[in-house]
Amino acid sequence: MSAPGQFIGGQGRGETSLGARFVLLAIVCLALMLLDHQESHLARLRQGLSVVVYPIQVLVDLPFASWQSMRGWVTERELLLAENEQLKRERLGVNFRLQRLDALEVENQRLRELLDSTAVLGHRVLIAQILAVDLDPYRQRFNLDRGLADGVYVGQALLDADGVVGQVVEVGPLTAEAVLITDADHAVPVSVNRNGLRTIAVGTGDSSRLRLPYLTNSADIEVGDLLVSSGLGGVFPSGYPVGRVIEVRIRPGQSFAEVIAKPVSELDRDQEVLLVWTDEDEPMPPTARLTEVP
Amino acid sequence: MARSGHNWLTPALTLMAALVLSVLPLPQVIAPFRPDWVAVVLLYSSLIAPRRYGLLTAFWMGLALDMLSGALLGQHALALLLIVYLSQHFHLRIRVFPVSQLALTVVVLLALYEFVLFWVDGVVGRTVPLIERWAPVVSGTLLWALVLVFVERGRQAAAARM
Repeated sequence: MSAPGQFIGGQGRGETSLGARFVLLAIVCLALMLLDHQESHLARLRQGLSVVVYPIQVLVDLPFASWQSMRGWVTERELLLAENEQLKRERLGVNFRLQRLDALEVENQRLRELLDSTAVLGHRVLIAQILAVDLDPYRQRFNLDRGLADGVYVGQALLDADGVVGQVVEVGPLTAEAVLITDADHAVPVSVNRNGLRTIAVGTGDSSRLRLPYLTNSADIEVGDLLVSSGLGGVFPSGYPVGRVIEVRIRPGQSFAEVIAKPVSELDRDQEVLLVWTDEDEPMPPTARLTEVP
Repeated sequence: MARSGHNWLTPALTLMAALVLSVLPLPQVIAPFRPDWVAVVLLYSSLIAPRRYGLLTAFWMGLALDMLSGALLGQHALALLLIVYLSQHFHLRIRVFPVSQLALTVVVLLALYEFVLFWVDGVVGRTVPLIERWAPVVSGTLLWALVLVFVERGRQAAAARM
């Protein structure tokens, strides 16, 4: 460590060049922000930088990941047996529902053929781990351990075992950044499962609440209604659960009601999510295709 | 920034640790109070031992922070540049302040740092709660004072031993 007194000599010219360097670097920063705000101008630079900061993300994630795997090693036998039992029971229930699903799918197919509409094909999925890295606390974002190398693209939908989680907003070679459906800047096109009423679910910044601001006071919506993704907009595949309505407040004198829904996925407890590739055959609006990175 | 050629490891590790701490997951209750670690480290060094880290370090650290936190590229870099520039420019005047006034200066500089971040967020149209925004200024100043006490004490002890 150098003593503070050492630097008294180096003023004069050093100070002016300090100011000049500051102005120069500040201009570089402003230029970067301008270009970055225009979207996609700096995609290459961001991808490069994301590789540079990758070791830091891994370092931060390391204790959490190793804690997880260690807990796996030392789990007690009884616990495992109980969990196994529970999983078996769950599987039985799920299988039972699956039997009916097969029949329903065939029936659906037949009806679609009768109506002459496009069939909805299966989707390819990939499991991604969420890196335990805190981003800006006011924005609901997180990092995934999959990137361009796995074919992840901007605008790709993320699901978990219960329903829609979010979408990818940025892809680096090894990692990707995703946004939750509850981010204040995010919106999902949804439809009410009971009657097909279409609307938009907007994030609130709170990971347990979604807002449905575009429903009129007379709209047919009730507490407990399940909201599923409508597939409009081309980002989220249709038919996956998004949330459940928990509050409907009719506001006399206003044209829109206040409707609040709770996401069905456990957004703040997920550790793994599914990246979904919607099939090529499925009709997709041109905008969604444009954002795809090969 | 090892101009003298010796002991570049400590500053490098300190900066690395600051980056790690600024993205380490915290419980949601205390997450808003996370101090701006990188800003505090850079401020400490440019007030107490200036030119250990220069403007370029601030710039690169800012870019790393932007990438890690998913912010606009250049946002943290600009804020860090500003406070490092100010503290280096005025360090001769600031350094003779008693500790209480030093702390006040740090409050002002950290507030300026937050303000730049806040301002850029506003221009870009990102919404952020207004009051929680200023919590890191308080925690950052406390952290800075702690660092000052510990490092200075350690240094004096080392000097006394010689």
